[in-house]
Amino acid sequence: MKFSENWLRSWVNPALDAQALADTLTMAGLEVEALESVAPPFTGVVVGEILSVTPHPQADRLNCLKVNVGHGEVLDIVCGAPQVVPGMKAPCARVGAQLPGGLHIRLAKVRGVESSGMMCSEKELGLAETSSGLMVLADDAPPGVDLREWLDMDDRLFTLKLTPNRADCLSLRGVAREVAALVGMPSRGPEVQPVVCSPLPAPTISILDTEACPLYLGRALLLEHPDQPTPGWMVRRLERSGLRSRSLVVDVTNYVLLELGQPMHAFDSRTLKGGLQVRWAREGESIKLLNEQDISLQADLLVIADESGPVALAGIMGGLSSAVGKGTREVFLECAFFAPGAVAGRSRRLGVTSDAAYRFERGVDFGNARQAMERATALLLELCGGRAGEVIEVRYPMPDRHPVRVRAERVNRVLGLSLEMDRMAELLSRLGCKVDRHLPGGLEVTPPEYRFDLAMEEDFIEEVARLEGYDRIPAKAPSGPQAMRPAPEKEVAEEEVARWWAQRDYQEVVTYSFVDPEDEQRLSDAPSQLKLMNPIAATLSHMRSTLAVGLINTLCFNVSRKQERVRLFELGRCFHPDGLGGYIQEKRLGGLVYGLVEPEQWSGAKAPADFHDLKGDLEAALAGRPVSFRRGAHPALHPGRSAQVLMGDLVIGWLGELHPALLAHYDLPRAPLMFELALESLLHRSKPVFRGVSRFQPVRRDMAVVVDERVAAEEMLTALRSAGIPGVQEVILFDVYQGEGLEPGKKSIAFRIVMQDTERTMTESELEAGVKSLLGVLQQHFDARLR
Amino acid sequence: MQQDLQTLLDEAIAELTNIDEPARLEEAKARYLGKSGRLTERMKTLGQLPPEERKTAGAEINRVKSALETVVTERREFMARRLMEAQLAAQALDVTLPGRGRGTGGLHPVSRTLSRIRTLFHSMGFDVADGPEVETDAYNFTALNIPENHPARAMHDTFYLDPTHVLRTRTSPMQVRYMEQHEPPLKVIVPGRVYRCDSDMTHTPMFHQVEGLWVDEQVSFSALKGLLIDFMRHFFEESDLKARFRPSFFPFTEPSAEMDIGCVICGGKGCRVCSHTGWLEVLGCGMVHPNVLTPLGIDSERYLGFAFGMGVERLAMLSYGVNDLRLFFENDLRFLRQFN
Repeated sequence: MKFSENWLRSWVNPALDAQALADTLTMAGLEVEALESVAPPFTGVVVGEILSVTPHPQADRLNCLKVNVGHGEVLDIVCGAPQVVPGMKAPCARVGAQLPGGLHIRLAKVRGVESSGMMCSEKELGLAETSSGLMVLADDAPPGVDLREWLDMDDRLFTLKLTPNRADCLSLRGVAREVAALVGMPSRGPEVQPVVCSPLPAPTISILDTEACPLYLGRALLLEHPDQPTPGWMVRRLERSGLRSRSLVVDVTNYVLLELGQPMHAFDSRTLKGGLQVRWAREGESIKLLNEQDISLQADLLVIADESGPVALAGIMGGLSSAVGKGTREVFLECAFFAPGAVAGRSRRLGVTSDAAYRFERGVDFGNARQAMERATALLLELCGGRAGEVIEVRYPMPDRHPVRVRAERVNRVLGLSLEMDRMAELLSRLGCKVDRHLPGGLEVTPPEYRFDLAMEEDFIEEVARLEGYDRIPAKAPSGPQAMRPAPEKEVAEEEVARWWAQRDYQEVVTYSFVDPEDEQRLSDAPSQLKLMNPIAATLSHMRSTLAVGLINTLCFNVSRKQERVRLFELGRCFHPDGLGGYIQEKRLGGLVYGLVEPEQWSGAKAPADFHDLKGDLEAALAGRPVSFRRGAHPALHPGRSAQVLMGDLVIGWLGELHPALLAHYDLPRAPLMFELALESLLHRSKPVFRGVSRFQPVRRDMAVVVDERVAAEEMLTALRSAGIPGVQEVILFDVYQGEGLEPGKKSIAFRIVMQDTERTMTESELEAGVKSLLGVLQQHFDARLR
Repeated sequence: MQQDLQTLLDEAIAELTNIDEPARLEEAKARYLGKSGRLTERMKTLGQLPPEERKTAGAEINRVKSALETVVTERREFMARRLMEAQLAAQALDVTLPGRGRGTGGLHPVSRTLSRIRTLFHSMGFDVADGPEVETDAYNFTALNIPENHPARAMHDTFYLDPTHVLRTRTSPMQVRYMEQHEPPLKVIVPGRVYRCDSDMTHTPMFHQVEGLWVDEQVSFSALKGLLIDFMRHFFEESDLKARFRPSFFPFTEPSAEMDIGCVICGGKGCRVCSHTGWLEVLGCGMVHPNVLTPLGIDSERYLGFAFGMGVERLAMLSYGVNDLRLFFENDLRFLRQFN
């Protein structure tokens, strides 16, 4: 809602300057989003009438003007503006004038000719960024009158950011009413007197759904001069509210909309066939709207229809075929109340926005319709001349405004205040509520017709708080029973997981949950089928099924910015359909490693990180959990350099090197390593249980065996660890060798076995027997031979 | 004899204290104290002396021997010390060279900020809950007192996955889910991602919110103000941070408010960030609407609740002075590493 300060002050004029008034509105919940001047400051500019134009004797582009500035005074002014003709009226800055930008007008000689002033363009007055000639003033502008006064320029524009519950403030009358309630003084608008009617033919009105439209006022008008220009004061008020002037009839309905908040519509009577009906649209009907949009109508759209079909979308927009146009003298004015439920949501669905729909779906003051009709009629007859018919009124029961019980104790308890009931009654009365005091401990409050948002006790509690002022509610330390929060030792907070990876030299990133479906196809083992119905872009149209997409794109973004070592992780949800019409939205942890194992430094490892570097990080992160790895197929990974991660029998994720075939697409010089884990697997751990520490020395035995190169190391380790050989504490794989000295296709693997008994020192023969048993396990299951 | 011994001692000291190599020192020592060393030879002659002289001469020889041995020991230690010093000097490193090993990564600034928010509310006994990002329209709207066609559904544009599933437009639906699972009194915050169909200089289609909810018999709007002012002061670490509450509208709270704090960038003097108003809008809040509590079976006569929701990126931008929201989701390492 945007409006002129002067217009508001013609209704209610509190002793507050513009800023203080804006602050008052903002602190009452009518946020003033912008407060700006109509024109920058300037002085000494009057309406000038150009009497004659003669070319400057010394300069081609200049003219010498004689300018009437009123009171019989004529000034000689040299002017360089194009298209200057006698009879034209334009702003004239007299000698002594101060213009925006610090320009001071003096008596001057321009190429030998005296100039006592300057004719101004809109740009020179700071009213426009650019302008191509003098600012043209209306023909009726009286010469000599101060321009600011003539154009009402000492005015400011208020822009309110209204919340959807405050439809009652979508008019000057509504804002004035609110200001009056806030400052505690009356507001008064223009007097509206019913016009004298004369008989004119008008269509009959019938309403088929009287809840959707309980009130319809219509009136036929025969206008004398419908194409008169809209008067300047009205154009200015419309423009200062953000509405463009169109034609006088439309401007008047818009003016009344702004002034009183009542949307109106003007039909060209000659286009209407037979009586009008307010009814729901029928399947197959359609309408071309004023904005030339074609709409095929559905049964939940309320229309105004004549015998030929719909002529307007009720409360939203009129139809093009019945619209008033140039020369339309026979006008049928509509002023109706459409229930919010009959309009709400439709304009959004159809993509048709209008000031009428905006107001009707939030609630229009139905007590106001007749006044609006009389006001519009009076303005039209005054400005166009002509005659008006009787108001046709079709009225059914209007929405109820029920009395609500407001308990003083409840008000004070909710707000944390201790207001007297008298004060509450006073505040609510100021808002136009009817306050009855017959209830013990409370008030019976009936809201005014224009407040659609006041229906229950809480609504009035808010109003009391608002008018009392939120600032007057003290800020108290909250109190309540104190209970310690549980902190289970077996649970790991997500934040702890994130901090672990950050410490491990990974940078956390946050990427969008919606991704490019083509990336999904390339990088996911189950590419997303979850397409948004209304994505913001084609490349952000699918919900991610894997974090890999965001990680790879983040890598590419940074590699293209000359980053050579990139290590990333992200914690976030991935999305899959659950097959039952719902969605699985599991949280996952994904990571990516690219470049050297360690940051580039003067000595130390300079090798690029490989599969086993990443695997080491995963093993460390998952330490203490029953995790295993097995070769697994993932379409985005190198088949020989990727693995599934299992916890028990459950696959919890994967890791591996990006498939070489994808490098070219992502323009990467070498393959990154990536992983993804179900976050859940990291959020639980076992609570430590103490076991005795042996007083005896552990004994180490090393054993190297030769096996087929395809034997998986993890399987050998698992076999050794689970063989149940007495005294075996630990088995470590410490060497892998392939090459000279071994047959092709074979590899040598060396294990270190740590043995110890908690009760006594193991004998040499026991140790030997243990190693031998372990070797036996390897021989039996892996066809191993001692190297 | 005595004179002779003293000369020998003087000669030996002069020789030994000039030796620089351990092997030569041992050779020289042998020449005096070895089996046929000069002093040993003298010792052998003792027996030829008359008994009355033998005792004094013996003592004198022993004195010289002991003095010689002391000189040798000192010289030996001196040389060992010098050797060690030379070795240490040779082993010296440039200790100013950078240390070696892994680097460290870091948390995203949004995570950092979330962590601060969590810590502060956790210290007040708030639980932390997590909820789905794909929500049903029933939780995202209906349960929050936003019926179909309500204008509030147009307040922000919603991403739809299908006609009944949306990407949650705020963390508030989790209020409802939490209250379904827990009995009052309850205190909880819900951090998480939220989505709106909006993308320009100051909006990204995804961002983070923290929702807060406190339902108890004794809460009030006054307590809501107290808690949130306290939170903002601790978050920004400004004990005299100004704050104000303005009436606003959310369908799921009433009374509703927007909270403004004095601009933390310009100190309230007026700057670009606060649009020259001196105030920054940081949070929406209010008393939980009975239309939210009652369907959950919570007696709104007995229990009152308040709720609040804040934008995490907004707080992060103000806290760290970040001037462009979009930086958070570009993930430029040069940006992210500033927060490590």
